[in-house]
Amino acid sequence: MAVIRDMIPAFELFQPTSAEGAIDLLIRYGEDGWVLGGGMDSFDWWKERIKRPTAVVDLANVDELKGVRVTSDGVEIGAMTTLTEVATHPELLANYSVLTDAASRIATPQIRNRGTLAGNLAQDTRCWYYRGGWPCYRAGGNTCYASAPTAMNREHAIMGTSRCVAVSPSDSASALIVLDAQFVIQSARGDRVVDAEDFFMRPSVDIERMTVLNPGELLTAIRIPSTWAGATFYYEKVEDRKSWDFALMTVASAMRISGGVIQEVRMAANGVAPFPVRLEDSEAILRGKAPSEQLGLQAGEAAVRGAQPLRHNDYKIPLMRNLVRRAVRGTEV
Amino acid sequence: MELWRRAANPWGQEVLIGISWDLMWVALIGGLAFVVAHAVWAKWLAPHSSSATGGGAAIAGLPAKIMRHATSERVFHWIMSAAMLVLLITAFAPVMGFQFAWVTIHWAAGLVLSATILYHIIHAVFWQDFWAMWVNGRDIKAGLAELSHMVGRNGTEVPKASKYPIDHKLFHHGAAVSGLTAIVTGIFMMLRLETPFWTANPYMLSDSSWGVMYVVHGVSGVALIALVISHIYFAIRPDKWWITKSMIFGYITPEKYAENFDRSLWVIPGVAPQEEKSVPAGVGASAIGDESTGGDRASEVGGQD
Repeated sequence: MAVIRDMIPAFELFQPTSAEGAIDLLIRYGEDGWVLGGGMDSFDWWKERIKRPTAVVDLANVDELKGVRVTSDGVEIGAMTTLTEVATHPELLANYSVLTDAASRIATPQIRNRGTLAGNLAQDTRCWYYRGGWPCYRAGGNTCYASAPTAMNREHAIMGTSRCVAVSPSDSASALIVLDAQFVIQSARGDRVVDAEDFFMRPSVDIERMTVLNPGELLTAIRIPSTWAGATFYYEKVEDRKSWDFALMTVASAMRISGGVIQEVRMAANGVAPFPVRLEDSEAILRGKAPSEQLGLQAGEAAVRGAQPLRHNDYKIPLMRNLVRRAVRGTEV
Repeated sequence: MELWRRAANPWGQEVLIGISWDLMWVALIGGLAFVVAHAVWAKWLAPHSSSATGGGAAIAGLPAKIMRHATSERVFHWIMSAAMLVLLITAFAPVMGFQFAWVTIHWAAGLVLSATILYHIIHAVFWQDFWAMWVNGRDIKAGLAELSHMVGRNGTEVPKASKYPIDHKLFHHGAAVSGLTAIVTGIFMMLRLETPFWTANPYMLSDSSWGVMYVVHGVSGVALIALVISHIYFAIRPDKWWITKSMIFGYITPEKYAENFDRSLWVIPGVAPQEEKSVPAGVGASAIGDESTGGDRASEVGGQD
């Protein structure tokens, strides 16, 4: 008999008007609480009846978490800022275009109007074995169905795996890593600030979480320092279709080029590991050298060093190598 | 409290996936409760014991240092101990909320433990007196007499121990069963991980068989929590420190030898075996303090390594 999933299981809905109020609720409900941002990830889980929170804390009325603010040292983006606003904000377009490029490539205009930056960053993985409710490692079980010899794993990870091979689906993560962004996490104990690349949990550390957010904690803002404002940026997203699709891979870079030489560089990729990966080996090769095709090839080779493909995703190795090469070249072929 | 964790596999079958972490807390709290209870008993309730060695005559003719553990045994013991502690910490600290990348450290420590245990088995079978660690009727009688004394029958006489008293032997066997079970199931579980040695294959066994494997591994793991807590507790107790020192330096003093051991059962070379009389309980070497080795033929007779 088919399972009819036309109703979301009942939960208690809270709509606080302040971040403190939201955190109080999250502390009260602990593991049973759920943060609702734009709902792009949440509603899938609930409709499939795989996640059944007791209490949902809807942040739609928390105005302090919305909007882009220009600060003395860059910009601060509220966690509930929509992806459309991120993609179209004049300050971001002028100085941090790698982020607007990334935001404008997420899903569809409708989803970008509703989805939030924090939601894009903190969303759960899209591994269908996991999303299908199977008892995999990430779901608290003892198997990775996606890494099995017979698994369908074309979209899965080629590096950074530890039992789980699902990838982070965030398109904006690699852009924020190259911008050296910091994520502000608020809790009853106060604020803590983590670097963008440290926000994403490694499966070797905690296989059941995608981020370092603990129960009772709320991602409230993303701070982008002015360090990379106006740099030479590159962002590319590869997906199976040109719209409304999760990335097979994204690569982002920020470079300071002076006198024809790369003075400083940050480079990151997503869709290759269970977390966005900063490509430090490639950066080391690029730093202090003039961009060239040969240099791009070397940086690409460094990026894929140690990659271990699964049965159906070995194409990701040349893809990653070429995306890094194209980032160095600075233009799409 | 739940004992097991269950989940529906892709075919809708309810299968075991592991032990409930409640059992970890039971083992931890139980182990610590035992430590507290024993410490209270030892401080305020334990029957008084005579620690007389029998005077200077009892140690006459004994060497100044009586070898108890050869260097190879001590090295084995401490490597195994380090591996065991690393395994327990990497297994359970993340469950308790201490986050770090534990998987690779865990299986690497598991391989070290497996190698040391393999060494120990071969060493014990071919180079040591395998039966020295075996529990015999005399051990059981001594253990019962010790228990009888512990519950307040002060008049009970307890025979002096052989090289390995009954409590050492029982701890050894408990740790051996738990440790070997954890090792065997752990090696199977490693086959599901990508390692430099092979490609992971989660479908080698059925879901339900894997579930049983995880449960057995978990049960042996939590058993080791309690065993290790008690072991460390006895090892650091001041009244047992002399036997712990023997696992560090290798020897015990002739006074401790005369006080705790039966010369006819643990013979020192060059020293004539004597018929031993029973002693009041509590005098014997009743520390769970050196579970690790069977008696090396050389060291059992006091030989230097």
